[in-house]
Amino acid sequence: MKQLDYLDELEAEAIHILREVAGQFEKSALLFSGGKDSITLVRLAEKAFRPGKFPFPLVHIDTGHNFEETIIYRDNMIKRLGEKLIVGYVQDDIDAGRVVEQKGKNASRNQLQTVTLLNTIAKHQFDACIGGARRDEEKARAKERIFSVRDEFGQWDPKRQRPELWNIYNGKIHKGENVRVFPISNWTELDVWNYIRREKIELPTIYFAHERNVITRNGQLMAASPFLNMDDEDVVERRNVRFRTVGDMTCTAAVESYAFEIDDIIDEISASRVSERGARMDDKVSEAAMEDRKKGGYF
Amino acid sequence: MNILKFLTAGSVDDGKSTLIGRLLYDSGAILVDQLEALQRSNRKNDDGTIDLAILTDGLKAEREQGITIDVAYKYFQTDKRKFIIADTPGHIQYTRNMVTGASNAGLAIILIDARKGVIEQTVRHSFLVSLLGLPQVVVCVNKMDMVDYEEEVFNKIVSDYKGLAVKVGLKNVAYIPVSALKGDNIVHSSERMPWFSGSSLLPYLETVEIPADNLTEHARFPVQWVIRPQTEELHDYRGYAGRVSSGSFRVNDKVTVLPSGFTSTISKIELLDSEPEAALSGMSVTIHLEDEIDISRGDTLVSAKNKPQVSQQIEADLCWMDTKPLDTSHTYFLQHNSKVTRCRIKEILHKVNINTLEEEFDEEFKLNDIGRIVIKTADPLAFDLYQYNKANGGAILIDSRTNVTVGALMFRANAE
Repeated sequence: MKQLDYLDELEAEAIHILREVAGQFEKSALLFSGGKDSITLVRLAEKAFRPGKFPFPLVHIDTGHNFEETIIYRDNMIKRLGEKLIVGYVQDDIDAGRVVEQKGKNASRNQLQTVTLLNTIAKHQFDACIGGARRDEEKARAKERIFSVRDEFGQWDPKRQRPELWNIYNGKIHKGENVRVFPISNWTELDVWNYIRREKIELPTIYFAHERNVITRNGQLMAASPFLNMDDEDVVERRNVRFRTVGDMTCTAAVESYAFEIDDIIDEISASRVSERGARMDDKVSEAAMEDRKKGGYF
Repeated sequence: MNILKFLTAGSVDDGKSTLIGRLLYDSGAILVDQLEALQRSNRKNDDGTIDLAILTDGLKAEREQGITIDVAYKYFQTDKRKFIIADTPGHIQYTRNMVTGASNAGLAIILIDARKGVIEQTVRHSFLVSLLGLPQVVVCVNKMDMVDYEEEVFNKIVSDYKGLAVKVGLKNVAYIPVSALKGDNIVHSSERMPWFSGSSLLPYLETVEIPADNLTEHARFPVQWVIRPQTEELHDYRGYAGRVSSGSFRVNDKVTVLPSGFTSTISKIELLDSEPEAALSGMSVTIHLEDEIDISRGDTLVSAKNKPQVSQQIEADLCWMDTKPLDTSHTYFLQHNSKVTRCRIKEILHKVNINTLEEEFDEEFKLNDIGRIVIKTADPLAFDLYQYNKANGGAILIDSRTNVTVGALMFRANAE
């Protein structure tokens, strides 16, 4: 029998996983960050469930330090889909004193969003949260299951993972636990881009090259914004840049780029010698940064 | 372009991590910042080159203990193929991880240390690869640099392994002498082993045809979800959502719904806005039938011409994966594709000593034990035998007290 083309195979696997979530859980959610991976998940959910409604709402954890383009994109998308959106605000947790804003030059709300995520899961009693993480992104993620059980504190224990055989996913959990589900675990960054091109999926404009005010910090280009604590040493320059990942404005670095079209981006990535998470300040804290954050409940 | 998923079996001592690191490194899959992280980590080989093994041992817990504790997945691609590596540790206590990695792989690389030859661990890995029904094996005789690239050493190991392959029932085996550390025969042909005329590892992986299951007639479609929009304009819409696990379905095909046994005809196949004429093995689609039949998650649509067996008593190979031993008085959950039912282990027929391959009888089934059992299920299962149809012949056992996956089942015979 002929093997499916790789994009068809990856797509079929992801749709299968999404339908397993629908079949096995009472109250699931799709975590939507506004990034290309979660946008891809939305397209896969349309393939899995249309013409029916999604069996889950979309959930956005809003740090308040967003790229404006992402929020515009999000709201337009929700209108087009006619699906439900739930937003968890990091600002609410700051105001309530549940988290304390970081201080200093490299302050970011990236760490704080874990608390808001866990609170949002608890508030809505989600038993499964679908996310767009991929195993090729980072070493700790390479070892995580597609159905990844978290205890009632949201913690991931790498040593106590369930064996995951064939394409049978065990979603049975105790009350209070929840499962993080990663349908595009087996996709690489290039696969996602090739899929976006094939499916003609629209993306937030910040993924494409544009002129922007940036400062250079720790060797990386950061978007100049009111959310970034700047001092006299920071020099604002106007550069042609784009973003390879879209997170909080204070932790997502830009790359110098003239990739204005998706074909340019795919060429750029194919030739690129810096991995995607290399543009994430949050992973650079220590070699085990991601592992530690995942254990604490981060996506 | 298609995807080849392969498993690497061997221990840290065999240079398995170095081999994977070498494949990633020499094929250009390692990026600059990952390389910088490598160099920062201060782990070097004796000759000062970078220790490529670091690329695969991810977790802090592992670095501290110097071991690999779980299945790690790695991705790389060349112009010809995409690859997914399931990197599984070779320690005896991690049989369950190897079984997990092997369940999704189409090919296994079995590493043998040229200085040690075929050892107990090789027997164990080869048995597991055969048990899980991997269609293709590559034996990499590694550390050829440590035996002066001697052809006789390689030939002796090949000849020993051929005996083992017959014993465990492996049919398609290729042999390649390599040095992962020095890069011999990994990506490029080695000048230091001119006596070897075969292909190097990467070119081999790029071109090997994985012997396909000949299952065109075995059309199987486990229903995962029923799409019923129940809106005004789609009032009567009823689509069965799932993934073709084997064979293929076409519009107008006669299908049987199991376990109920009702028969109908496919009226439409859908994938979002497209309506393909056929749903091929591996495709996720939505199927519509001409007749209104009560179908729900856990049911299977199958070709009316070639049906699986339906039974509540099945003989199966079991790999036990939990620290708490099997309890024959306990009722477990069995998950077979989208179907979950309660079950009990009715009888332990024998266990297999995976080091000697001898059958033994033992009342206790402990972590990493493998053997033949008879299982009795609360609901009838529509299954195929694993040796003929992996996709519809495997199931997992779940402990209803802990919800943990405790066993892997491979159906071998109908015991009703």
